Amino acid sequence: MSALRIAALRPGHELPAQTHKPDNVQLFFYNAALWNAHRIHYDLPYATEAEGYPGLVIAGPLMGDWLGQCVEAWLGDGGALVNLEYSNRGAAYIGETLTAGGTVETVDAAKGEASLTLFVRNEAGDVITPGRALVRLHG
Amino acid sequence: MGVLTPELKANIGKAAPPRIEVVTRRDIRKYAIATNQRQRKYLDGDEAPPLYHVALFWDVVELDELTPDGVSIDALLPKFPLEKAMAGGLNITYHDRIRPGDVLVGERTLTDIYEKEGRSGPLIFYEVVLEVRRQDGSPVITEKTTRILR
Repeated sequence: MSALRIAALRPGHELPAQTHKPDNVQLFFYNAALWNAHRIHYDLPYATEAEGYPGLVIAGPLMGDWLGQCVEAWLGDGGALVNLEYSNRGAAYIGETLTAGGTVETVDAAKGEASLTLFVRNEAGDVITPGRALVRLHG
Repeated sequence: MGVLTPELKANIGKAAPPRIEVVTRRDIRKYAIATNQRQRKYLDGDEAPPLYHVALFWDVVELDELTPDGVSIDALLPKFPLEKAMAGGLNITYHDRIRPGDVLVGERTLTDIYEKEGRSGPLIFYEVVLEVRRQDGSPVITEKTTRILR
């Protein structure tokens, strides 16, 4: 991959999207790594009958992590995350394929920084986790 | 006519006792696999992915401290008059990277409680800031969590 250059970067540039389709095993590993015992992530009868969800709920911060991965995959060795923010606005469930992506919003060549808008989108096209990032480019 | 009493607002500024955690390659690897990382440096545990601190500073609670739905009660928070959680979000500023062997200090502070009128009634917002530093005090991560209750 060719290194990103701030001088060549323009608002509107799209980051390559990444897809994720977590299964029960990945979600189990994720919540075990956190020590998160919330039943909506592994107890299907509880999630559907007690809470009324259509399935096991994918953990919110996992989707925030995917936004960070999408930005870093695009940056490669050419830059670093300065700030990342996201908001979990909608739920996603095991079995769904989710897409993380983003767009360059502003470029400050003097400071070597760019701001990005980010999203995790479900198959219906709804943005369930919008986000933003500020990155610093080395070159 | 708000839902937030002066007693509730008085909790702003409250801090939890600092927590010290040791970063291990094993824990980074587990986190990297669980989050479907694609970069070798993360899967091998040479460096921690950007949201690894979320796992590192998640509260380790004992079984009898969990509510029936499996959630741990955050002792930093007062009992709010609204309890249904809506959107939550994080804002993370990076000062330094995290690597195996790092010893990190995490300090959580309840920095704000406020309310807004939503379409279907009042909403309570609260903010918790987590400062992650090295033992010499140098900053690693500043994270602000915002949660909305209705």
